[in-house]
Amino acid sequence: MLNFSILTKYFDLYFQGFLTTIEVSIIGLICSFILGVIVAVMRIAPLRILNWIGTCFVEFIRNIPLILIVFFFYYGLSNYINLSGFAAGTIGLTIYTAAFIAEAVRAGIQSVDKGQMEAARSSGLTYIQAMKHIVLPQAIKIVIPPIGNQFINLVKNSSILGLVAGMELMYFADYVHEKTWISFDTYIFAALFYLVLTIPLSFFVNRSEKRLARSY
Amino acid sequence: MDFIGAYSVGNLSYLLKGFLITLEVAVISIILSFVIGSLLGTLRYAKIPVSSKIVAVIVETIRNSPLLLIIFFSYFGLREVGLKLEIMPAAIMALTIFESAMISEIVRSGLNSIEKGQIEAARSSGLTYIQTMWHIILPQALKRMIPPLVSQFISLLKDTSLAVVIALPEMLHNAQGIYNGNVTYVIPIFILVALIYFIVNYCLSLVARALEKRLDTNQKDGKNGNRRIRAASLSG
Repeated sequence: MLNFSILTKYFDLYFQGFLTTIEVSIIGLICSFILGVIVAVMRIAPLRILNWIGTCFVEFIRNIPLILIVFFFYYGLSNYINLSGFAAGTIGLTIYTAAFIAEAVRAGIQSVDKGQMEAARSSGLTYIQAMKHIVLPQAIKIVIPPIGNQFINLVKNSSILGLVAGMELMYFADYVHEKTWISFDTYIFAALFYLVLTIPLSFFVNRSEKRLARSY
Repeated sequence: MDFIGAYSVGNLSYLLKGFLITLEVAVISIILSFVIGSLLGTLRYAKIPVSSKIVAVIVETIRNSPLLLIIFFSYFGLREVGLKLEIMPAAIMALTIFESAMISEIVRSGLNSIEKGQIEAARSSGLTYIQTMWHIILPQALKRMIPPLVSQFISLLKDTSLAVVIALPEMLHNAQGIYNGNVTYVIPIFILVALIYFIVNYCLSLVARALEKRLDTNQKDGKNGNRRIRAASLSG
């Protein structure tokens, strides 16, 4: 049976890490959403050089491991700027997640029928008005489930901060492990904290996916 | 930054050795997870009263936990309950557990993407349920699963680098070994490792995309089905 005395004794640490995990996830989501939308717009903008930069960013980041990006900011840049584990981890997570969000947003915008844009433009709206009132509202609906999925991944991936002393859940789980030398229970409890966050999220994502599928 | 020193023959062959371990672990894990994932996915698809629910709970729990935690758990946690694994088997086990859950979702949505009318048609033309699955549903579903499976293999290759935490001698581990000896090597080695990952994974993703396109043109309704599968396999 699980040894709950670990949980009660170290609950403060677990909870502190849990809060940091939430913090990283929310900061990461906001920043990577902004960066992702910028990259997505770059990829569909009518300017070849912007397309190219956007594509390079997405393809390069999506195909390398997250841990490499985080280590680059933490160890690689340590001779030039001294980033804390939290900062290096959050920057790495943001860049990594932005590449995936950019793909989701681009697919969302492109999934809106081209005729809609043409119809809006020929009825007198400007490009920006048409984007804002016609295309984006439809795209957002399609984009919400994949971004929700990315948010779940972000929460899970934030565990990487534990490797660069980012003071989040994984870091404190390791700390408790070193203190007690009981690993089975320690990691199970840490997993429970993650599941408290990710299970409701994935429930929400599944529901919005189903609702979207029905609306077709 | 000392690029010339960092890219010495000895260092390069050491990195390559690490990459081969990465590849080995990833290939073994994907094969094992395909077998287990197919089983779990089919069980969940078939909606057998109790077992489908149990499989659903297990799969969702694993899918929603961080892989890093599963790796620690396989190596340190299982030690306490008597399962003492060496580093490599522990890494393979952790990756297999995680990827099986992911692949089971790909298999399930692949099966779900085949119209229910096909089962009814096959059954009413006299085939048994097993025959229907084997000859009608599976061949079509498998074809649609190939592109997301290739994508899953890409994330598996990336995820293998997490096993650096239990000192699996894969590429990132060997990279650390190189730059720990000389700080001026850090950035050159990171760039090289990133490029190796990028080249291998980008080629794989081109294969996945080509397969996807062929499927889309082959099947009229393939597009919708594939999109649903892709949504299930989107993983970071």
